[in-house]
Amino acid sequence: MTRTTILSLPTEEYVHPGNRACTGCGLGIAYRIGTKALGPDTIVIVPPSCLTVLQGLFPVASTKLPSLNTTFACTAAAATGVLEALKAQGREHTKVVAWAGDGGTADIGIQSLSGAAERGDDFLFMCYDNEGYMNTGVQRSGTTPQGAITANTPFKGKLQQKKDVAAIMIAHGIDYVATASAAYPLDLYDKIRKAITLKGVKYIHIHTPCPPGWGYEARYTVKIGELAVETGYWDLYEVELGEFRLTGASAKALKKGTRKPVNEYLQAQSRFRIMSPEQAADVQARVDAKWSTYSGGEGC
Amino acid sequence: MHVIETGNVAAALGVRLAGAQVVAAYPITPQTPLTEKLSELIEAGEMDARYVPVESEHSALAVCIAASSAGARAFTATSANGLLYMHEQVHWAAGARLPIVMCVANRAVGAPWNIWNDHQDSISQRDTGWIQIYSCDHQQIIDDTLKAFRVAEATSIPVMVCYDGYLLSHTYMPFAVPEQEKVAEFLPPFQPAYALDPSSPANLNTVTLPEVRLDVHGELAHGYMEIRYLLQEDLRNAVQVVEETDAAYQEVFGRGGVPLVEPYRCDDAEYIVVGLGSLTYQLRDVVETLRAEGHRIGVLGVRLYRPVPDAAIAAALQGAHGVFVMEKALSYGYEGALCSDLKSALYDHLPDKSEAPFVKGLIAGIGGREIRTADLADALRSGLAGSIPDPNWIAIQL
Repeated sequence: MTRTTILSLPTEEYVHPGNRACTGCGLGIAYRIGTKALGPDTIVIVPPSCLTVLQGLFPVASTKLPSLNTTFACTAAAATGVLEALKAQGREHTKVVAWAGDGGTADIGIQSLSGAAERGDDFLFMCYDNEGYMNTGVQRSGTTPQGAITANTPFKGKLQQKKDVAAIMIAHGIDYVATASAAYPLDLYDKIRKAITLKGVKYIHIHTPCPPGWGYEARYTVKIGELAVETGYWDLYEVELGEFRLTGASAKALKKGTRKPVNEYLQAQSRFRIMSPEQAADVQARVDAKWSTYSGGEGC
Repeated sequence: MHVIETGNVAAALGVRLAGAQVVAAYPITPQTPLTEKLSELIEAGEMDARYVPVESEHSALAVCIAASSAGARAFTATSANGLLYMHEQVHWAAGARLPIVMCVANRAVGAPWNIWNDHQDSISQRDTGWIQIYSCDHQQIIDDTLKAFRVAEATSIPVMVCYDGYLLSHTYMPFAVPEQEKVAEFLPPFQPAYALDPSSPANLNTVTLPEVRLDVHGELAHGYMEIRYLLQEDLRNAVQVVEETDAAYQEVFGRGGVPLVEPYRCDDAEYIVVGLGSLTYQLRDVVETLRAEGHRIGVLGVRLYRPVPDAAIAAALQGAHGVFVMEKALSYGYEGALCSDLKSALYDHLPDKSEAPFVKGLIAGIGGREIRTADLADALRSGLAGSIPDPNWIAIQL
């Protein structure tokens, strides 16, 4: 597949400017570029989340695609319902894409996601992971990383590790699982383009920096997202038909054999402000251990 | 064509006749044989529909909600805790104004676990904005299921067809199967007001503010309160739609006539027993027994429970000296929900309140406790003599 560049990206916009996303919202980038990859013949399924807000308050909508808002737990089941209705009406050409936050994916939504993946229902599930319940005021979720201060882990930070949803989806044996980052929209774009050519549930997990939730100035969203990848804290990869490979900046980092210290990423965000040097060293050790298992990747 | 089959199969055949396009279900006793039958019909190619074996009841209704939003005729079925697990979606389906049909094979709810029949499951959903119909035998189950789709689509309100678990769901009875070739005359293909479609994008069920708001064309759009008011208004008007649908059904299939309430020997009755479902047919035997003893008593089955056919109920009870409401569910902390609704209907509709009948509530068959016809007769004899049993739970042994 040829890599998309900023010059070959479609000019058609599906998300109107001036929407209700916060300034510097990582989702704003991912959703804008993601909908370009999906194209006009698409129905979007959205549980309550920041995207509900971004899409606007009735009767105004900021997305040009038809969108079904669902209850929190049922995103994937709703995608199945739309899909089956399209099949029943001979409208299979239309793509069905779920866009859920990390809570709607990893926590309350995981039962329906797992069910749909097991059934092999043919849609794309996008998880935009801003690592917490940001829309309700920054509470911890299953994907909040260890050490992060949130509204309900106010003093000690989250004590537990981040839930690895992509690994859970890989364990379902589905055709395509990928991670991505709002800071690398072209990598995301190409992954979506590839995913929609495959069968069954396809899963893409997008690391989505969040200025108010993570504690950094809105202008640094891309910088923070890049640091996560450059430090190896968040990796860009895809598992296509069981074949794992790093992509984009992560593949480059592996090839070069250099990664920035994780501290650069942690210290750029106030949510990690209470982390001790020992805890930060522990995070670095985990990242190093993870990277010691990597080999191959794009162009390797 | 007449067949001898279970109530669950009667429902399944009704769903096939209606041409449901998407069926989603999760197993729960005593509903399961209904959706097993549908999966069998679909896999055998005898029904052209998509069957989705979901991982929960919450998802079962999610699939139906989404399928209906995308323009397909959708069906699910459940019982007891399955229905309770759906509860959020039950509200959602009504709020989104989707003409989904759901059969409920009525079963007691936990805790403690109990798989037998009562009505607590569907009665607990009475405030969700769904239309609720109670079928009393297999013939009504198949006819009501088919009618439910037309009512739902005419009102854009989902319909629950409720029938007693085991007593009807698992018993074999003869019933007539409507002729498929006549169905099109009664139920045309589903024409949704809007179906999700990229050529005409819309953002459905989005956050809606407390106040009305201008749309992009400068027109005033409804707020949440207006949208909810319209649901209530359309639900109240659905009483008439249910009647009209029944009349249309009678014209095509020659059966019906009791869409709201079903009276039995009420014309000259001084006392009337009121209930829901198969219990009201059992009570016909009791009425015969008590009539033989000289009591002028009748039984009134409430077939449409939501919206409440209050005028029809009050009219049926007008002139009676006393009313006994026999229920298999209650609004815990007060009394049977039907009993309260019935008192409201009387209060609203009887011109002379001083002539209102006394109303006494009785509870029976909770968690499948056997309802002996003799016990019903005894309880009513006490009531006719001026004092209903205390406690008013028939056959309770404390």
